[in-house]
Amino acid sequence: MREFGIGQSLPRTEDYRLITGKGRYTDDIMVDGCARMFVLRATHGFSRIDGINIDEAQLSPGVLCILTGADVVADGLGHFGSLVTRSGPDGKPNFIPPYPMLAHQFARFAGEGVAIVVARTLDEAKSAAELIEIDYTPLECVTTIERAEAPDAPLVWEECPGNLCVLTEVGDEAATDAAFAAAAHVARVDFVISRVHAAPIEPRNAIGEWDPATGRYTLHAGVQSPHMTRDELANRVFHIDESQMRVVAPDVGGGFGLKGQPQPEMALVLWAAKKLCRPVRWTAERSESFLSDCHARDDLVHSELALDAAGRFLGLRVRSRVNLGAYLSLAGIHCAVGNIGSLSGVYVLPAIHAEIRCLFSNTSPTGAYRGAGRPEASMMIERVIDVAANELGIDPADLRRRNLIQPGKMPYNTGFIFTYDSGDFPAGQAKAEGISRWSEFEDRRKEALSRNCLRGIGMAHVIEIAGGLLDEMAEISVDPSGAVSLKIGTHSQGQGHETTLRQLLAEFLHLEPAMIRFEHGDTDQVASGFGAAGSRVAMVAGYLLENVSAGIIARGKEIAAVLLDAPIADIEFRDGSFAVHNSNRIATFAEVARLAHRPMALPAGFSGGWSNRQIVRTPAPTFPNACHICEVEIDMDTGLTTVVGYWVSEDVGLAINPMIVKGQVHGGVVQGLGQVLGEFIHYDEEGQLLTASFMDYQMPRASEMPYIHTISNDVPARTNPMGIKGAGEGGTVGALSAGANAICDALKPLGIVNFDMPATPLRVWHAINAAPLRQEFMAKQRSSGLTTPASEIA
Amino acid sequence: MYPFDYHRCNDVDEASTLLESLEDAKFLAGGQSLLPMMKLRFAQTGNILDLRDIPDLRGITIADDDVTIGALTRHADVGVSAELRAVLPALADLAGGIGDPQVRAQGTIGGSVANNDPSADYPAACLALDATIITSQREISADDFFTGVFETTLEAAELITAVQFRIPNQACYIKFRHPASRFALVGVFVARFGTTVRVAVTGAGSQGVFRWIEAETALTAAFTPQSVAGLAPDIRVMNSDIHADAEYRAHLTGVLLRRGVSGAISRVA
Amino acid sequence: MIALNLTVNGETVSETIAPNTLLVAFLRDKLRLTGTHVGCDTTQCGACTVHVEGRAIKSCTTLALSCEGLEVRTIEGLAQGAELHPMQTAFRTHHGLQCGYCTPGMIMTAVDMVRRLGCNLERDTIREELEGNICRCTGYHNIVEAIRAGAAEMAP
Repeated sequence: MREFGIGQSLPRTEDYRLITGKGRYTDDIMVDGCARMFVLRATHGFSRIDGINIDEAQLSPGVLCILTGADVVADGLGHFGSLVTRSGPDGKPNFIPPYPMLAHQFARFAGEGVAIVVARTLDEAKSAAELIEIDYTPLECVTTIERAEAPDAPLVWEECPGNLCVLTEVGDEAATDAAFAAAAHVARVDFVISRVHAAPIEPRNAIGEWDPATGRYTLHAGVQSPHMTRDELANRVFHIDESQMRVVAPDVGGGFGLKGQPQPEMALVLWAAKKLCRPVRWTAERSESFLSDCHARDDLVHSELALDAAGRFLGLRVRSRVNLGAYLSLAGIHCAVGNIGSLSGVYVLPAIHAEIRCLFSNTSPTGAYRGAGRPEASMMIERVIDVAANELGIDPADLRRRNLIQPGKMPYNTGFIFTYDSGDFPAGQAKAEGISRWSEFEDRRKEALSRNCLRGIGMAHVIEIAGGLLDEMAEISVDPSGAVSLKIGTHSQGQGHETTLRQLLAEFLHLEPAMIRFEHGDTDQVASGFGAAGSRVAMVAGYLLENVSAGIIARGKEIAAVLLDAPIADIEFRDGSFAVHNSNRIATFAEVARLAHRPMALPAGFSGGWSNRQIVRTPAPTFPNACHICEVEIDMDTGLTTVVGYWVSEDVGLAINPMIVKGQVHGGVVQGLGQVLGEFIHYDEEGQLLTASFMDYQMPRASEMPYIHTISNDVPARTNPMGIKGAGEGGTVGALSAGANAICDALKPLGIVNFDMPATPLRVWHAINAAPLRQEFMAKQRSSGLTTPASEIA
Repeated sequence: MYPFDYHRCNDVDEASTLLESLEDAKFLAGGQSLLPMMKLRFAQTGNILDLRDIPDLRGITIADDDVTIGALTRHADVGVSAELRAVLPALADLAGGIGDPQVRAQGTIGGSVANNDPSADYPAACLALDATIITSQREISADDFFTGVFETTLEAAELITAVQFRIPNQACYIKFRHPASRFALVGVFVARFGTTVRVAVTGAGSQGVFRWIEAETALTAAFTPQSVAGLAPDIRVMNSDIHADAEYRAHLTGVLLRRGVSGAISRVA
Repeated sequence: MIALNLTVNGETVSETIAPNTLLVAFLRDKLRLTGTHVGCDTTQCGACTVHVEGRAIKSCTTLALSCEGLEVRTIEGLAQGAELHPMQTAFRTHHGLQCGYCTPGMIMTAVDMVRRLGCNLERDTIREELEGNICRCTGYHNIVEAIRAGAAEMAP
């Protein structure tokens, strides 16, 4: 291992400013003369806006301007778009509703912006907003999938009958039907994947500026992809050339996918800034975040697994319905359908067919959140495997082991969407079983019963496509002193890129991290890029930086050959310097740098400077994978579920910084467990959001979350030279399934076949109360001399 | 927050007189109940009267049969008081479990009791420990003090100066935290004075904190968990929302009652 | 507008402010000490935690005027010049932060935890004592390790 290079658990470079309070988040940036924007939001689930009266509000102290949806239309601001299109129910491309910056004529979810007030202070803006009179006619609304698809459901969009936006199929229906026809056993399960919210601790924010001298807009905002944000705003909303807009993302306090989607407030501050010729800023308050951010997930799943007599998987059939919300966020459809390849899992599964329906409802648009469809797809296979195991009386670990793709079969074409290049799933499972003492679990279950507690254990294998998205750009420049500056189009919201990317450069160019200056997040500084999404950065950056570094080394050799007066073929890059082969004549990095900037001293034909810029498309996506095991204990008296153990055996191919990888796993697991245990977004029948603060939205707390034991099962990827697979989201992908399986396993002795998330104490207790085998179970407890809650349950 | 004027009071009389003369004014103790409401614009006032400088309103006094806690005593200080723990550990435990460490560093008993949040902990202690709320004007029995959700018998300009709790033979407070808000979803305080037992319940009732008479009768007859086996409050008086319906709250109250009795028995006092 | 005099990170500060100014807004907007953050509106997330008279409190639920004459310490006042506080170092060593937004609040809470409970902290105790701080990135695992190590380093 090279010092500071790949594989080292180096403490992070970015930490110094973050632990001393010198981080620079968007709200920390001071802008002279900045006004404050407040967004007035629709209060009904679905309403027609018959009139807006701003006369009194205009006179309120401090008000600079008030703008409504009518003004948006008058100024010709455009609509946001969707990353992908799929087929609608009629086979044609799906209906794309206009997604405006402010509601006009109709407000389609509670929380949609209907007007903005810009004032000197936020209090003044709020007080003025209270004076705005809006004439709403409430309309009947739908918030859930079931209500949206009901035959008599009101339509969110007239153009979209049945509220059905997308109807798409993936896989081989005929082969799957045949597999089911031949099956010795078919397991079926219906389950819910709840609607949740990314809830980064830093809420969304934006500062908009417009420079009359250049006619350029500048947006400072905590976003995951500055370039994509700029392109969406410039092209779709403002209809200007991308060069007329600059987007700067400073430190970002958590993104998780949420901040990868453009949202109206970004456009609104820019628009207002131009109108007022002064900067305008906006920061969401937490309740406002719940109302106005994109939400996530919200699926109803029907999953069937066909098995032969030996317990081998023959086919998987999935019917899933997804709630898109009232509009299409950038990634909404992608999350619903784009990651369905994870249905194959790590198993030999010859036939798969999935039908996916995506529906509109009068709720906030759903979008990307840690895993973006992969946690859901993984759960579609992992839940039904457990159901099958229970029905067949087989240990769920054993049933999985029988069906794992063997390492000797790589590269393995799943026959569905993906071809896996590498991975050792049996080893991963064995490791996870080992550290969790899976084989001794039934003893632990029995011991828990003696305390009137139900213990359960759940396993999930997860495999996901990572890094396959789009191109990325990096540029390395060496200055005359030999210091190196890296510009790259990715951006970090906590994943530690400032450290891991330096480690890559330390590896390739033998540099010390302190010698590397790192520029990212500013579209004016970095010409192009895609940003952080889909666990792509480690793999993409690894490949990209190796190529760019090679370009630097190649150029360095040219110059070193002049310095050392040797043929270029004899020059090698050794320990950070350029050396003549088989001699100890060297030119240091700094010496080469100095000469590079004195073209007068170079022979004719040499231009000055030492830099290399490339945009690369990665050779192929990668497939990070892991085996997760979760153990829970339920207090039968209160329904409280505690996670008593969590183990992950993860394959990230190659960890640039193992400590950072583990941190990503920890954080991802807790987000998955948070959803299983209690996070849920809930709208009532009138379309009101009832979970609009941390008082009602159950954020995972330190006292409730387990220690997460990780063990590495890295198998280098074969599709990129570094072997990196990526790590950002796997924790969540696994925890959703492992957690759900564990809770269902705990409730199994009561005859409960499936229990839907969230496992709040209320819901678990009711499930126990209504369980089919409750009487028999209590009788058995009593006859064994164990305590029962029989006296507790009314 | 809406704007307001700010005043700092030097003594109780000044505070009461000022509130009475201003009319549109509120007392500010620890701020952990009032300020959150004002930040969300759910409450407003033209004047804040900050009580922080008023002397003699902090401190814990232990007597033979009762403890008196000054109204501005912070939860954290009640929680770590060795003197209090020696005679009434259940109360110290309760205070030490309110909210979180930072909230406990500021929140006060006077503010909590005056606010009577239906999910707050102290009101349950007041009812179960037969407390006397001592104000700038009079002394009020806890049984008479709490009249409904966020409602008490305090007059407009009346200021709580201290709360006096009777020292029981045995007591215990068990709280089941609301998984999101971390307030008491249900909190049950059980206290035995000789053979007489008092039981107070917070969080569960739709009318706020209440004494559970049926439980008190059964436990007065026999102070054991078995004597209240299967007992649960009337579902009709239980609160209900998306986090906990009435049936669950009633059941949980019974569970916590039995755990509270076991907890009390396992201690000396 | 009312005059406010207090000590922040060892320096005397005198300003005039609107009465409804929260301490967090005073620190961030008036004094430009932006290390203290706002993450919620229900006094739960703890990103705003600072020390007043040596105790950790939530500056989002405190009026600036209530701190008249008192000593306030923020994350910016923890290090001694270039020398980091052992708790800060521990957070870095143990990767107790990712996006860093909750981190100043976590560190201030941790330092106060040690003041109240000593340098030898059990992991379960630390988890209980983090009731007032929410993190979305780390899953808490490394925060607990960092606080345990930082506490041990704070032993005299």
